[in-house]
Amino acid sequence: MSALLFAAQRLSAMVLAIAVAVHLATILYASHAGLTAGAILARTHGNIAFALFYGLFVIAVAVHAPIGLRNVLREWTPWRGRTLDLALILFAVALFLLGFRAVAAVFA
Amino acid sequence: MTADAATLDVSIWRGTEEGHFQSFAVPRREHQTVLDVVTEVQRAHDPTLSYRFACRVGMCGSCAMVVNGRPRWTCRTRVSEVAEGGRLQLEPLRNLTIVKDLTVEMTDFFDKWRDARGYFEPGSKPESDFAVVPPQTPQRQAADAGIECIGCGVCYSACDVVAWDADYLGPAALNRAWTLVNDVRDRGQAERIKAVATDGGCQACHTHMSCTQFCPKQIAPTYSIAGLKRAVMKRALGGGA
Repeated sequence: MSALLFAAQRLSAMVLAIAVAVHLATILYASHAGLTAGAILARTHGNIAFALFYGLFVIAVAVHAPIGLRNVLREWTPWRGRTLDLALILFAVALFLLGFRAVAAVFA
Repeated sequence: MTADAATLDVSIWRGTEEGHFQSFAVPRREHQTVLDVVTEVQRAHDPTLSYRFACRVGMCGSCAMVVNGRPRWTCRTRVSEVAEGGRLQLEPLRNLTIVKDLTVEMTDFFDKWRDARGYFEPGSKPESDFAVVPPQTPQRQAADAGIECIGCGVCYSACDVVAWDADYLGPAALNRAWTLVNDVRDRGQAERIKAVATDGGCQACHTHMSCTQFCPKQIAPTYSIAGLKRAVMKRALGGGA
């Protein structure tokens, strides 16, 4: 793995450590407070801070997960080379698009 | 075969990748090493047994084997330390192709030293004077910490990442590269950092620390590899190595 992929995975892990903790705390708060889907959407619609936080979360996931999956596949399967890299770039794009679709859906 | 106080029950791998364990009864002797046992088996029981040794005093790194499941240098391993219940199971080193019985092909292991640029690069022009390298400098101390490697292959045999990924350079080659990264006389640092930052390079290490646990010279390749990771990152981020 190149030095830049290694750095990207470490930096995205730092973001995820915070983002996942905040995300879990938000879920616990929402469920304990008994918020309905409508009440949650009322809070997220037009909330720039929410969109920025989850946008960063999605970017970190789209960077982190494909690099980790690439390492796992390289260690546990004979799959190497450009086809592996291409498949994981597509996976990263898919995570990015699906993640932003979800963020846009609850923000807009 | 059962072991009594005066006899060792020795089970030795015979064959290549395909093979079987063969049992031998070997008399226990005072201060007996595992290498003594193998030598006695070859001389007194079966002269066709293949194994490798040279110095018998822990310098050459040629007699490493897997003893009761753990890689060890056999010339410096006393039977009394490892033969629980009077039993010894001896296998060739793991992660290397078996030539025959306890002998493995070391070519891949040493090729990776070359691939990691684990050799001194003096540069195109000779220096005009001797380099002065004070012993207390951090670079010299880092190099000293890893320099006593005897190339026995114990760490390579113990490494899980080598088992998973045939391209991984392994603890010994990366440890050697780290000693050279800390050699202020060396003129091949950019190429070396590039060589250890490939997919099979230092970043592939999972920090399981098996190499550090089993190294018979008490070297800590894990820390050398961590040093390489830092050096690679510094260079990638434009800070030099």
